[in-house]
Amino acid sequence: MNFWVLQTLNGISFGMLLFLLASGLSLIYGLMKILNLAHGSFYLLGGYAGLVVVQKTGSFLLAVAAATFAIVLIGVLMERFLLRRLHLQEMPQTLLTFGFLFIFSDLAMLIWGSNPETVPKPEMFSQSIEIAGFFYPSYRLFIIGFGLAVALVLWWIQDGTRVGAMIRAGVDNEEIARALGINVSLLFTLVFALGAFLAALGGVMGGPIMGVYPGADFEVLLLGFVVVIIGGLGSLKGALIGGLIVGLLDNFGKVFFPEFALFTIFAPMALILAVRPTGLFGRE
Amino acid sequence: MTGTSYSRWIGLAFAAGLFVLLVLPKILAPYYLGLAVKMMIFALFAMSLDLLIGFTGMASLGHAAYFGLSAYATGLLALKLGWNVWLALPAGLIMSGLAAVLFGLLALRTRGSYFLMITLALSQLMWGIAFGWRSLTGGDDGLPSVPRPDLGIGISMADGANFYYFVLLIAAIATFLMVRIVSSPFGYALRGIRESETRMLALGYNVWLYKFAIFIIAALFAGLAGILYVYYNRFVSPDYIHVARSAEVLLMVILGGAGTLIGPAFGAALIVFFENLISAYTERWVMLMGFVYLIVALFAPNGIAGLIRDYRKKRASS
Repeated sequence: MNFWVLQTLNGISFGMLLFLLASGLSLIYGLMKILNLAHGSFYLLGGYAGLVVVQKTGSFLLAVAAATFAIVLIGVLMERFLLRRLHLQEMPQTLLTFGFLFIFSDLAMLIWGSNPETVPKPEMFSQSIEIAGFFYPSYRLFIIGFGLAVALVLWWIQDGTRVGAMIRAGVDNEEIARALGINVSLLFTLVFALGAFLAALGGVMGGPIMGVYPGADFEVLLLGFVVVIIGGLGSLKGALIGGLIVGLLDNFGKVFFPEFALFTIFAPMALILAVRPTGLFGRE
Repeated sequence: MTGTSYSRWIGLAFAAGLFVLLVLPKILAPYYLGLAVKMMIFALFAMSLDLLIGFTGMASLGHAAYFGLSAYATGLLALKLGWNVWLALPAGLIMSGLAAVLFGLLALRTRGSYFLMITLALSQLMWGIAFGWRSLTGGDDGLPSVPRPDLGIGISMADGANFYYFVLLIAAIATFLMVRIVSSPFGYALRGIRESETRMLALGYNVWLYKFAIFIIAALFAGLAGILYVYYNRFVSPDYIHVARSAEVLLMVILGGAGTLIGPAFGAALIVFFENLISAYTERWVMLMGFVYLIVALFAPNGIAGLIRDYRKKRASS
């Protein structure tokens, strides 16, 4: 029995990390129609940046702040100076974000080498705690709670704030939104920054349990895509539900069929595509 | 320049190109001949993707799946069961074709960005399986010492020039077939789909079937390139399927100019040459290639063919 509870919690906590990643992908696509292939890089570089800060200062909180700040800066520069010039040009955008994916992955290899690293857990959550008679790492529980909190904040931003209303207007019809005097160009930068922030957050928070290693960028990009395919592009709810589904499937897949772990993701993705091509909560 | 003399020039250039390709083994050192073989293989691969991107407007980010799956099938059959090329090559093609049928049925439920994501995800899942299924594929280490193709007619493919002609012959036949495909009524229907799916639907075309057909055809040609590549390298690894490979072939297509066939072939040769050059001088060639992606995206989104078109238009108007 313990085994099932344990693995389910592992899957959910991984799912929360995927949610952080996929919600950014989804938000960026929803407003800007950009499929950001460098999103995996934001995750990877966030993880590495967090690692450096924890090693230097010992503070996990500071690591989260510094890493997300650095990645947001990179994201804003990318958006302001390059992506912006390719608005709605799908192929050039794809090539550009592919280019960044390769540049960042090689840069990370150059700086941090090819050995996997692990970000030390924050002091406060370094112990396991006892729930209903068995022990479970408190850090993973913290991630689950944290992911839910982020989801709530994102919901509130989207549905309860003025900026959120502007974003929704931009998603529905960019030109009308511009005509209404909404500064859509600023929104683009804001949303891209928010996406970069969420991916970097996933990288740092995931560092203690998933590790940081070369290739993680491609790996999480794939999983992020699968989450969005299952959940639907442009939907927060889709990113959360999709993240949990993929997190659980991936975890149980690795436990039961280590050689074919990805089949467990492939099957439900195929099923969703057959029934609802735009994902559970996506709209055409 | 008038239209007829222009097409005559193209015919002449084509004949000259063919002549050069035929005498290449006589003038090139073995190392460079090997490089020429690699260029032809990737030219074939890039042209196959151009059928989708350039002619039908379907941007696949997972074309390496078909390149790699056929390479694995042919490599495994040649290595473990000793199949000769007459059996192993068709078997590889069948592998790519079957994958394309399955993936096409899924991916063609969608379009646009979903299509991009799904083709990427499907191919990357295949990469994960090639990577993880160690007992069959050797995982990360790949499958070494795949034999060179054995035609069974006493021509040794260990000889560089013979292998070169073998690849040239297959690439030439494949190119001829692709040119025929895009200049047939079927090919013009594909262009129609690229321009406006709804209009083609209104004209009574079964758009889905056309897309499905070209998806499979493109996968078969990509599979052929993968088979040649595994014979060339005598090795296959998960890298064959990795998204980096799909991105690379996409870059070749865009750099050369999508929708022209000759452009992507040229783009492929250029990229193969450039990669070879920089990887000899620096370990950081992945990063350098990354900058090539940025440059093409920002300054030549329509590729070399587009630049030439712009130049000619400018000259014509001035």
